[in-house]
Amino acid sequence: MRKYIFKRIGISALTLLVILFILFIMLELMPGSPFNDEKLTDAQRAIINIKYGLDKPVLIRFFNYLKAMITGDFGVSYTISKNTPISTLLQSRLPLSLRIGGQAVFIGTIIGIILGLIAAIKHNTIFDTITTVISVIGVSLPSYVFAMALIYTLGFKLKWFPLLYQAAEPINSTILPTIALSMFTIATVARFTRTEMLEVLGTDYMLLAESKGINNFHLIFKHALRNALIPIITVLAPLVVGLMTGSLVIEKLFSIPGIGSLMVTAIQSNDYNVIITLAFIYSAMFIGIMLVVDILYGIIDPRIRLAKGDQHE
Amino acid sequence: MNNEKYDFSPDDFNLVGNTHEAFIDENYFKQSYWKDILLRFSKNKGAIAGMVFILLIAFMAVIGPTMTEHTYKSQIISHQNLAPRIKALEGLGIFDGSENMNTSTGTIEVNKYVSKDPAVTTGLEETYYWFGTDVLGRDIFTRTWTGTRISLYIALIAVIVDMLFGMSYGLISGYYGGRVDMLMQRFSEILNGIPTLVLVTLLIIVLKPGLGTITLALALTGWIGMSRIARAQVLKLKEQEFILASKTLGATNLFIIFKEILPNIFGQLIIMSMFSVPNAIFTEAFLAFVGLGVPQPMASLGSLISDAFKSFTTHPYMIIFPVMVLALVMLSFNLLADGLRDAFDPKMKEM
Amino acid sequence: MEKKIVLNIKDLSISFKTSSGEIKAIRGVDFTLFEGDTVAIVGESGSGKSVTVKAIMGILSNNETINSGSIDFTYHRGEETVHEDLLKLSKKDIRKRINGKRIAMVFQDPMTSLNPTMSIGAQIMEGMRYHFNATRQEAHERAIELLELVGISDPEKRMKNYPHQLSGGMRQRVVIAIALSCNPEVLICDEPTTALDVTIQAKILELIKDIQRKTGISVIYITHDLGVVAKVADYVAVMYAGKFIEKGTTEEIFFEPRHPYTWGLLSAMPSLNVTEGSLYTIPGSPPNLLNQVEGDSFASRNIYAMNIDFKREPPMFRVSDTHYASTWLLHEKAPKVEMPEQLKARIKTMLEEAYPDGRKKTTAESD
Repeated sequence: MRKYIFKRIGISALTLLVILFILFIMLELMPGSPFNDEKLTDAQRAIINIKYGLDKPVLIRFFNYLKAMITGDFGVSYTISKNTPISTLLQSRLPLSLRIGGQAVFIGTIIGIILGLIAAIKHNTIFDTITTVISVIGVSLPSYVFAMALIYTLGFKLKWFPLLYQAAEPINSTILPTIALSMFTIATVARFTRTEMLEVLGTDYMLLAESKGINNFHLIFKHALRNALIPIITVLAPLVVGLMTGSLVIEKLFSIPGIGSLMVTAIQSNDYNVIITLAFIYSAMFIGIMLVVDILYGIIDPRIRLAKGDQHE
Repeated sequence: MNNEKYDFSPDDFNLVGNTHEAFIDENYFKQSYWKDILLRFSKNKGAIAGMVFILLIAFMAVIGPTMTEHTYKSQIISHQNLAPRIKALEGLGIFDGSENMNTSTGTIEVNKYVSKDPAVTTGLEETYYWFGTDVLGRDIFTRTWTGTRISLYIALIAVIVDMLFGMSYGLISGYYGGRVDMLMQRFSEILNGIPTLVLVTLLIIVLKPGLGTITLALALTGWIGMSRIARAQVLKLKEQEFILASKTLGATNLFIIFKEILPNIFGQLIIMSMFSVPNAIFTEAFLAFVGLGVPQPMASLGSLISDAFKSFTTHPYMIIFPVMVLALVMLSFNLLADGLRDAFDPKMKEM
Repeated sequence: MEKKIVLNIKDLSISFKTSSGEIKAIRGVDFTLFEGDTVAIVGESGSGKSVTVKAIMGILSNNETINSGSIDFTYHRGEETVHEDLLKLSKKDIRKRINGKRIAMVFQDPMTSLNPTMSIGAQIMEGMRYHFNATRQEAHERAIELLELVGISDPEKRMKNYPHQLSGGMRQRVVIAIALSCNPEVLICDEPTTALDVTIQAKILELIKDIQRKTGISVIYITHDLGVVAKVADYVAVMYAGKFIEKGTTEEIFFEPRHPYTWGLLSAMPSLNVTEGSLYTIPGSPPNLLNQVEGDSFASRNIYAMNIDFKREPPMFRVSDTHYASTWLLHEKAPKVEMPEQLKARIKTMLEEAYPDGRKKTTAESD
């Protein structure tokens, strides 16, 4: 068990390293970075080179770069907000994005599980069909389509919720974006819960539990759900990816000052430092979640947690 | 106990003897593997609907842009921001070229084609734009279908590359096992650790956005899923006896991989590819929205939506058509893939 | 002393819907279980054995419907004796009052009958806490007692184990412990040893017999293995194509079988007797129950078939008070047909082994 955890941590660290290297290479190759600016004279360029250590061999530069990234020294922004340290930009934005993302995951998962449960229990009835339809739609349509639909109907026409984010109303103004962002989660989780649940409901041990005389409620919540939901952790990876992509668009649409809209702005204004930094942050988050998922899975499933050790007739 | 009166005939109790044949249960008509799958598939209404829509859209993508006299880039500035107008439906009150505009004084209905005041002529009484025009006076109908062409093209190429490369990668990795497998898997695992999004974004920035670049970026990142599925299937099949039999008959490894294993995993691969298409389209649309889509004046569904977003509240019709086509394409492929998956692997017992 | 009837099944018919049509799985079945007895229901796969007991437990699948019949269950609630038709009870009632509490079931495959994410202890204790509102403490103690009863060593430790940590034989013992946890009056065992090794098989059978002796519960065994029948059963009911074709005491069935199908079954048992020629098998295969059965369902495989067998289904003929068989051969008009010579010889050998001093004949043997 311990070996397993260490192995996972090792691979995650290695992956992060490789990513950093790739990002580093990209930084070097970036066309139009300030250091490639033709407007500089040779002399000026020489000074900059020395100041930023650009004349040192690649590996040393990479090492310096690594050091900087790990300690949180992400450099400065060039175009979005001249010479502002990126870490400052992140400070205010990161928590907001995390909050909205967290809301979306939380709500999405709960609704998804409920829908999936209903679909499985009322298998082959109208509920099942409805849930399947919702799931397919939720997975097929990009989140910005939902966002736009929501903005138009609930925000514009009905005026129930504010159209844009306002810091003064942290909860109320994040309702629409959370809903839009969570559609994908709901759809994926519902589909998954339904499939797993159906499989569990058909097993022998459910039949045995039924023959013990346990009532329906307990059968589902005490026996079936446990088994059906353990694999749900595996679904987390695509979910996180979906959230990350979704957040970029959603934040832009709702003018939420998070890291998503920062990324979009950076891309549109060619602020490479910011882009690279954010790429790193996203990657790190992703790898972190994968690591947690891998470890969690090993802990929750008793079949993995407890080795087959003591068996004798 | 049977108490009924029953009239026995005289020869009822004669032994029939050994002249009759023992009953052998007639087997259910055994269909071939593929016929079975086809049958299951055709029962799935959603999947059939998906397939029909895909064909329809593909058809439109081919002939759509040629249906009007406009091209996707022809601009007629005087025709900008016109609402949709279809000759056949005009009389019914919809698609008659009018749109509701929200002004500070309230909503008013404006028709740029035909003026309410009969004295005023606009010069546009005989022009029809089925989906309307955008802010530069370009025909949205043509642009939508051209965009569909491009979106589909990008997705298809990406998927084909994915399938060829990813499949081979997974097959080789799974079949040879051992060190080869370990190395190959470590590599793809690390590559997988980089969120697709990030990778694609970076690639595009470095290589400058363009049709080819986007396709390349999508292809580079999508193969991992395919290789996983291929590898899982190979591992499952590798231990089976027909492989062993082949080996003892002297088949080379290459032969086994491509002639024995491949046909058996084909089904799974098709399913995976069908799922990859909407994924690719989605990613492309997303890139367009972020500003990394195909360059103007070329259009893809994603870039159309992105452009139209700016006029979303004033001229909603601009965004509705591309969105609907996009939604339909993605939905159809998902339904199709779902149906294929159910057809190939019916786990649901009758409960 | 008159033996009390515990279960009385009358004219039970069950069919289920499939995509190919409606299958008449059980076509009119009568069955009686007496207190303290062990009854074996024997038959090939697909003959309907499992469906019958599932009907008793009320755990039929959604596409299985009961067309007719009644299942009278007699049990004790405190001082009084209660009779109830199980088929008329609502699902909720069956769960609350019968399942687990009065009738319990042991399933076939121990590898899949236990919930992999619940500890052994929890699974055993559940029934007691549910039906009797037992406290954690009480249930825990009783569970350990049960584990000891079914022969699992180190029960304290085992309580915290999960199913995957136990071997097949141990798991099956746990399943038996679960079944016994609420002191049921009837125990149904659906091929409990089919999935186990032969040596473990013997132990499990011994265990159940032991428990029966101690507690006096009535047991229904479902099996296709005549060896098991010989070992444990007092009564045997042979099922074919959804109907009982012969019923009797174990001795009557083994030593004086009347139905050609039973003859076939007995002949088809492999024997260590090397002087016997080829191994007999019943030709053909069981009928497809999608179709309506004309006459005797066994007729087309029966070398002793008569014309009437293809026209009309035989009723149950009485051979003795305890022995019934549903074959036209027992009709007064039927020709005198004897069981095959090979079988006769076998039975003679069996008799000699079982009763070296000779056995008292119970009924008029077929002459």
